[in-house]
Amino acid sequence: MSVAVPISPYRAVARCSPATSVAACRHCGLPCLDQAVHRDEMHFCCAGCQTVYEILTENGLGHFYELNEKAGVQIKRPSRREQFLFLDEPAVREKLVDFSDGKTSRVTFTIPSIHCVACVWLLENLFQLKPGIGRSTVNFPKKEVAIQFENARVALSELVALLASLGYEPTLSFGSLEGARPRPAFRKLILQLGLAGFSFGNIMLFSICLYNGLDTWSARNFQPLFGYISLGLALPVVVYSALDYWRSAWTCIRQRILTIELPIAVGIVAIFAQSCYEIFSKTGEGYFDSLCGLIFFLLIGRWFQQKSYERLSFDRDYKAFFPLSVRRLIGRADGPLPAAAANTSNGAHEVTRPASPIEETVPISALNVGDRLLLRHGELIPADARIISGEGVIDYSFVTGESEPVEKRAGDLVYAGGQQTGGVLEVQMTKPVSQSYLTSLWSHETFAKERKDTLDNILNRFTKRFTITVSIVALGAAAWWWAHGQADVALKAFTSVLIVACPCALALSAPFALGTAQRLLGRQKVFLKNQHTIETLAKVDTVVFDKTGTLTAPGAATVAFHGPPLTEAEDRSLYSMTRHSTHPLPVRIGEVIAKHHFPDAVYSFVETPGKGMEARVAGQEVWMGSASWFASRNVIAPAEHQSLSNSVHVAINGQYRGSFTLQTALRQNASQLITQLANDYDLALLSGDNERERARFSQLFGARANLNFKQSPLNKLGFIHNLQSAGKTVMMVGDGLNDAGALKQSDAGVAVVENIGAFSPASDVILEASNVPRLAQVMAFSKAAVRIVWLSIALSSAYNFIGLGIAASGRLAPVVCAVLMPLSSITVVGFACLATQWAARRAGLSSLNRTLTPSLNLSSAATSSDEIRITSKSKIKNGEAFA
Amino acid sequence: MSTIYLMIPVTLLIAGGFLVAYIWSVRNGQFEDTTTPAMRILPDDKPISSEASDLKIQN
Repeated sequence: MSVAVPISPYRAVARCSPATSVAACRHCGLPCLDQAVHRDEMHFCCAGCQTVYEILTENGLGHFYELNEKAGVQIKRPSRREQFLFLDEPAVREKLVDFSDGKTSRVTFTIPSIHCVACVWLLENLFQLKPGIGRSTVNFPKKEVAIQFENARVALSELVALLASLGYEPTLSFGSLEGARPRPAFRKLILQLGLAGFSFGNIMLFSICLYNGLDTWSARNFQPLFGYISLGLALPVVVYSALDYWRSAWTCIRQRILTIELPIAVGIVAIFAQSCYEIFSKTGEGYFDSLCGLIFFLLIGRWFQQKSYERLSFDRDYKAFFPLSVRRLIGRADGPLPAAAANTSNGAHEVTRPASPIEETVPISALNVGDRLLLRHGELIPADARIISGEGVIDYSFVTGESEPVEKRAGDLVYAGGQQTGGVLEVQMTKPVSQSYLTSLWSHETFAKERKDTLDNILNRFTKRFTITVSIVALGAAAWWWAHGQADVALKAFTSVLIVACPCALALSAPFALGTAQRLLGRQKVFLKNQHTIETLAKVDTVVFDKTGTLTAPGAATVAFHGPPLTEAEDRSLYSMTRHSTHPLPVRIGEVIAKHHFPDAVYSFVETPGKGMEARVAGQEVWMGSASWFASRNVIAPAEHQSLSNSVHVAINGQYRGSFTLQTALRQNASQLITQLANDYDLALLSGDNERERARFSQLFGARANLNFKQSPLNKLGFIHNLQSAGKTVMMVGDGLNDAGALKQSDAGVAVVENIGAFSPASDVILEASNVPRLAQVMAFSKAAVRIVWLSIALSSAYNFIGLGIAASGRLAPVVCAVLMPLSSITVVGFACLATQWAARRAGLSSLNRTLTPSLNLSSAATSSDEIRITSKSKIKNGEAFA
Repeated sequence: MSTIYLMIPVTLLIAGGFLVAYIWSVRNGQFEDTTTPAMRILPDDKPISSEASDLKIQN
């Protein structure tokens, strides 16, 4: 492939923002800082972006940049094909690929960085970048792409490498090998819905004639004809569309439980039987239009109820958290090396130097006890292991909740799930992946049982009372008429009551009220697993919080400098130095003091992991590190700086300058949240961290709250269980794997994520981190939503009452039924939806202040990065620049 | 009015045809994803660009 960038029609002038005079990258739109590349008047923030630009323009795919100003995705970690070679191994490949016949295969990848029209276009034009790739189809709501390719010409690893090189690296986690999740039965529902609607409309067309005066007198043959046609149209609906109701009713009878489906089934039977009788005995028109309308509305309710957020998973376990592969060392300098190169599965050749150990990338499932693994900065430890060499600075915040990274030496044990934030670490596995300290949590019985959607929801409680009332009225009316000597009216009254009482509107009230509530919350980035969660949220009386990552914002520690204030130049020098460090403390300091500094060049940078770093910046010798490291270099920090915990000391040219201290910050408005909740709920805090912050949090939570520190995942689970045994309904708010047990055990589990698409343990609610302070509003809204459901039930009962009155008198005409049923359904649905929106506005969860963007995803979980920014297309002529 | 005896079956046949079309499209998976097709219409179709093909020849 040619390297030189040809004269491309897609030139652009660098966009300079006046405040910072830093250009925006042509590819991804981010500012071009010290790694910027400039070529032909174009600016790129890094070589990666420039490479992608070249690839696209050379292959005629420059249209990408017209579709969106910031179409490109910055490639954070450049990857090489070698990293993905393990994907070609038959065992792994088989599990990842959807299907494969001898010549072609199809694979579906989840790519979180798909965010706009340009991404969709590019991924569907992938075939232009590599011969052998066939059709690719993007599913935007799910952030998936399904690619067909020829086995002979394209290896799976090449495909993944190509995607990664464009910035669209697929998510491959340990859980990817498990296979696809089963899809909900969506298709069947819309078939049923379509059929019911079809029959409803067509039968109505015939019925209109009959209601408007067509009778046996004016056209003797038509009435029976229309009757039989209606029967013919209604039969498939009763048999197919109402199938789920027959099944549920059968289950109710067999298990002697009562849900709303049983009265519905009885009602359908009554209508159908009565109508057939009327048609065959030529005594009336039948109620087939009402019947099909009834089933149609019920199915709409069911469809509305099925809102699911396709790109979120509420059921993740640890396997989705672990990466798919890890680097393994085979052979050592002191032992015989295996003869062949590691990856021979598809003929890939790895150049090996016999003197040093060989690295291979293997899937986690292929690891064994005793394997030596190589972990770089940012990589996860896949199994309990012992450090062989390297300095370990392990971040366990996700696993145990400890907010400080832990420093480990050679010979120390490290646990699975920790993230290495230091340099390269070599470890040796001591336990299999599935038996590490963390994954053993998943063998607890809580995870074994599927929490069934409890039948004790609002609707089912009401159904009992409802069924009893209706039965009494039906039997009573029949008995009354019989007693008055009119047996035929008695029968008609009996069936009419059953017909009118068919709880169509009733069955619609909960789905629409709760469904609207679920969607409104979704627009506010509070995602609920299903509607029943709202009912549970309304019942909660105790709220338990996790600390690290939930109440505290990770990576957002407040930074303060102690000592004489830093000059502008010193500030910039320190910032420049911190950019080269991988330790969390200097990185955080760097973020805070970055401001608008353009980094200086840093010379002879040396970082001693866990101790400090030194470099020459702007002609001065700058040191940053711990007090003990300074002491070993004969720079003594003054007494008042020594006592501060979590500090990074600074020395310039051997002279002590001052220190930075970091304090974990609470999320914005978290204190407000706690105060608001303290009024109505019992609060508790469970943290895996040590007691350091007890004073601070007991002040926040108040005296009544229960604060517990150093909690293991099983401790947390046990705590929730005890509360539940005491009769409380508990909501747990947590973010990490160490909360997984508690989240599953609690009645309502809320998982906090930094950004949608990141891993979250199995829960009922997924909450974006910035929304944690709004929990109080969410709870208030849930309570309001439940109240609205009751009101809707009351409204539909009013209709039922009127209908029952008419029916019991034996005067129910089909036209009355045909009018009453849609009318009641529409008013109840309208009320439920509007009242819920009003309640949301009152609770402060209004979506009115969203910026108006041409969003095509009105009902899906769209985040702000999903907003499709469509640039105005301008005419591109040769060499003409466009703004 | 006896023409009704002809009209009704014809109407039902046509209506039935639409029902069949609906069933076919659902089973064909056209209702699985209703968002992405809306996005696909936005990009321009690629013109047979002479520049692009010139580049290929040069390389």
